Amino acid sequence: MPRESVLHKVRTALARKVGQPPAPAPPPRLSIPELEPQARWERFARALEKLGGKAQRVSSPAEAGRAVAALIGDRPAVASEAPYLAQCGIPRLPSVQSGFRDPAALRAACAAAEFGITSADYALADTGTLVIASSPREPRLISLLPPVHVAVLPAERLLTGLDELLALAPAPAERTSALVLITGPSRTADIEQILVRGVHGPGQIHVIVVDGRETTG
Amino acid sequence: MTPLYQINIRKTLADAHLEEAIYAATARLMDHRRQVVGPQALPDYQELREQARRIKQHTLENLDAYLEQFEAQVQARGGVVVWARDGGEAADFLLELARRKQARLIVKSKSMTTEEIGLRERLEQHHLETVETDLGEYIIQLAQERPYHIVAPALHKTRYEVGEIFRRRLGVPEETVPEKQTKIARRVLRQKFLAADIGVTGANFLVADSGAVVLVENEGNARLTTSAPRIHVALAGIEKLIPRAQDLAVFLKLLGRSATGQPLTVYTSLLAGPRREGELDGPEEFYVVLLDNGRTRVLADRDKRQSLYCIRCGACLNHCPVYRRIGGHNYPWVYSGPIGKIISPQFQGLMQDPWLPFASSLCAACAEVCPVKIEIPRLLLELRAEIVKTWRRERQKRLERWAFRLWAWAMRRPRIYEMLALAAGALMGEEAGRGWLAKAPALLNAGPLRAWFSQRDLPPPGRTFRQLWRTRTARVR
Repeated sequence: MPRESVLHKVRTALARKVGQPPAPAPPPRLSIPELEPQARWERFARALEKLGGKAQRVSSPAEAGRAVAALIGDRPAVASEAPYLAQCGIPRLPSVQSGFRDPAALRAACAAAEFGITSADYALADTGTLVIASSPREPRLISLLPPVHVAVLPAERLLTGLDELLALAPAPAERTSALVLITGPSRTADIEQILVRGVHGPGQIHVIVVDGRETTG
Repeated sequence: MTPLYQINIRKTLADAHLEEAIYAATARLMDHRRQVVGPQALPDYQELREQARRIKQHTLENLDAYLEQFEAQVQARGGVVVWARDGGEAADFLLELARRKQARLIVKSKSMTTEEIGLRERLEQHHLETVETDLGEYIIQLAQERPYHIVAPALHKTRYEVGEIFRRRLGVPEETVPEKQTKIARRVLRQKFLAADIGVTGANFLVADSGAVVLVENEGNARLTTSAPRIHVALAGIEKLIPRAQDLAVFLKLLGRSATGQPLTVYTSLLAGPRREGELDGPEEFYVVLLDNGRTRVLADRDKRQSLYCIRCGACLNHCPVYRRIGGHNYPWVYSGPIGKIISPQFQGLMQDPWLPFASSLCAACAEVCPVKIEIPRLLLELRAEIVKTWRRERQKRLERWAFRLWAWAMRRPRIYEMLALAAGALMGEEAGRGWLAKAPALLNAGPLRAWFSQRDLPPPGRTFRQLWRTRTARVR
């Protein structure tokens, strides 16, 4: 049996016994800086724009809905069923498709759409990163297949960085089958180190951060 | 005769365009890295390296426990862990899976481990279409070459060569603008993604406490590979384990920065099991193949075990004065550069390419930039010592073989044998009666023979057996 053979070789190499618990691991190293909400927003916007993404701040969910409407016009878009998008009225926009129940229909819509609209569980200020936990309401393909990714989230979900994320969510796998960190538009430098955006994922990313105070639109 | 590897290296050195391409690309990668690990950009860079090394060391020292924890976690989320002692077993598993699921098309994201076992070639031999989806790797597949660099596989190809390759292999008009070339690849590969039955990836990390496979990339091809097909298979060496998801805080910061100078790469996916209840996408089946393929042998060597800390960032390649001149294809195995020089001999056998650890100036730039602080120059010296020891042992064996061959030749020729015996006797004859072989003439008592005669002795030779025999038969007659 390969399993027993490999484990046996590992134990022999390490002079360890079957079932022997591991020695205590070095404590994790997480450092979380103090950062005011305003500073978080500024840092996030700067980091994302440096990567070629766009960051926009609006004052209410209703304004977020209007911003998305202005952005997509009448071009085809797919929106996730994230509750926050509903709060912003996004799934009701005329050119937006949402509420899929059939995997094949979702896939076909994402492949044809020009915009994929999602929310995000968190955003990381340090790196301009979106953190999205896949779920029945937040499928993976919406932020992946369309050429433009639009994300809408409340400002209170802005974290300082990776360390704060992992402190808040030390066991992400319990919550989701796929936790995805998205840092700017899809890119490559595989040909002569020349930067090209939009390889397999979206070439444009547009993040709308909604001021946290207001909860209705 | 000049060895083949030297001929090939000279060919590279004589190719001015290639030299320029390697030099420029590695210079850019070095520059990008420098901008994000400096004291301003990342004040705790050195502490992060130290922590990364500590965690790798701890994980490897307790590897069996973490492997079992990882396996249990994957199973708890509905995934399957498969163990493979070597590349053959890993490939056999995939072939069997493809047969069982009637899969026709496999999409792959970039993975050095699959390169290591030649997975794509093995699958293609069984007529299973297997497509690389990382742009650089796709170019390399179309060109039928092997990756030039751990991180940038097509580093040596100019846009003109890429245009030519695309025209020849894809039947598209020749296009030399990278942006347009990327669009071509996007279009072709998008169809493959949507039609594929199985997605194969490597793993940058395996998280024991989560049963998760972590993939780090920029293009989105790994995300597509793990989202579109109905089966995801991740193939990873057993050394990829880390204990906790929280340890990613350290490793992700170091990996992107060391590899391409990115604080975080565009996509980081933490994948734990197949799609869950109610999800509309993601794989229905999730497999992790844990590969040994020589790793347990390296693990057994307490000192060189640290070779397994490597997170495949490629920084040591970019900073290596040797790699920057000879490029990636002059190394004998898929792992090039300084890290290749220490792992190839350990995985493939010390004497397969004994010149390899010697092809280094020991400038130690690699150790300086390694995010997990592998002592590459010291390990190179140790490998050199082992190679020299093996050489000496073999040379001695060769001498012995020659001596016995000569002896056998003489034994089969009675006349010659007798002459030699008489000559030897005559040579020592003058010493006869005066003592023993220890006092043999200077001719016999020099060089390596001296050591022999100082410890062993014989009585002086009298008449030989043949002489005695002849006397006796004459008397009888």
